[in-house]
Amino acid sequence: MSHRLRACVLAVGLLGLAALLAAAAARLPGFGGLVHPYGDRAVHASLARHTANVVASVNFDQRAFDTLGEESILFGAVLGTVVLLRQTRDEREVEPAAVRVSRSVCRYALLALPVTLVIGLYVIAHGQLSPGGGFQGGVVAATALHLLYIAVDYRALERIRPVGIYEVVDAVGEAAYLVIGVAGLLAGAAFLAEFLPYGTFNTLASGGTVPLLNAAIGMEVAGAVIVLLARFLDQAVEMESGKDGIDGGSTNNSGNGSGNTKV
Amino acid sequence: MSVLPYLVAAWLLLVGCLGLATSRNLIHAVGCLAVCQASTYVLLLAVGYRRGGTAPVHSDLRPGSRPLVDPVVQALCLTDVVVGATVTALLLALVIQVSKRHGTVVPDELSGLRG
Repeated sequence: MSHRLRACVLAVGLLGLAALLAAAAARLPGFGGLVHPYGDRAVHASLARHTANVVASVNFDQRAFDTLGEESILFGAVLGTVVLLRQTRDEREVEPAAVRVSRSVCRYALLALPVTLVIGLYVIAHGQLSPGGGFQGGVVAATALHLLYIAVDYRALERIRPVGIYEVVDAVGEAAYLVIGVAGLLAGAAFLAEFLPYGTFNTLASGGTVPLLNAAIGMEVAGAVIVLLARFLDQAVEMESGKDGIDGGSTNNSGNGSGNTKV
Repeated sequence: MSVLPYLVAAWLLLVGCLGLATSRNLIHAVGCLAVCQASTYVLLLAVGYRRGGTAPVHSDLRPGSRPLVDPVVQALCLTDVVVGATVTALLLALVIQVSKRHGTVVPDELSGLRG
């Protein structure tokens, strides 16, 4: 197909889709309207189960089964990335040279690291009360570790980030979600049903299984983000294709006790 | 009664599709897919918006005192963000492999099969 013809087909397709979407938008309920039947029911169900954050209640109670699917997509994507980005035969690892970091950047990043980590854990723990939850808190906590890469260098990051352990954390988070679901079955309710007492409204001990599922998700997301970033950073920082490299893999010294899992 | 937010979502989807179809670089294509996905966030949040509504979180809000925006679509949006991020990561990993194996990230040059 020539370029010109292709562009014509594309134009026809996009214009047709635009017309259909515009027609559909005109029939949607008005923007900002008062009728939200599902939203109102979700709010009632959330209040009945003593979960202050309605979004967390929808995700981890009313739609907990869907969240399991979402979590599995995350798990599968991490698995796929690990497989795709593994070290191949014609590649070798090189130790990245240390780079001088400006003092103020270093100081600020080292100061921000523990604060970010605590905020991440806070957001996970308070997922049933305030905006946030496992997904958001997990990403914040995972980001905190990478401040060490900005502050010092890659070797320092590798020392606090043995990828193998975070792969296990990722898997344990996924498993914990399933175990909590099965615990519902054992308690005589349905899979992923609320089986714990609802607790006092607006306190940490409220929402039944919601905080537990939040913690499981937080664990999984933190592990997943760390593993994902580790794989991409390895590609950028450590991998050299064998063809244009200097002499063979002699730089792979035994001194890196970073629990390297590359094969 | 305004349809502007819905049209913004449609426009984002179309622009993303246009970029995907005319892309000369696989990383650019992955970015365009992210733009397409952004349209779903806009659509979902536009559907759930309620005039005068506040966030559906009762930590410092007395239940029933104010109208709330729709929490169901916000939860869907959260799902969307997570899935979008992971799919982007997986696609970028694929692009890295393509670049290594074929030495190019231009879609039109990727016609040959290689074992």
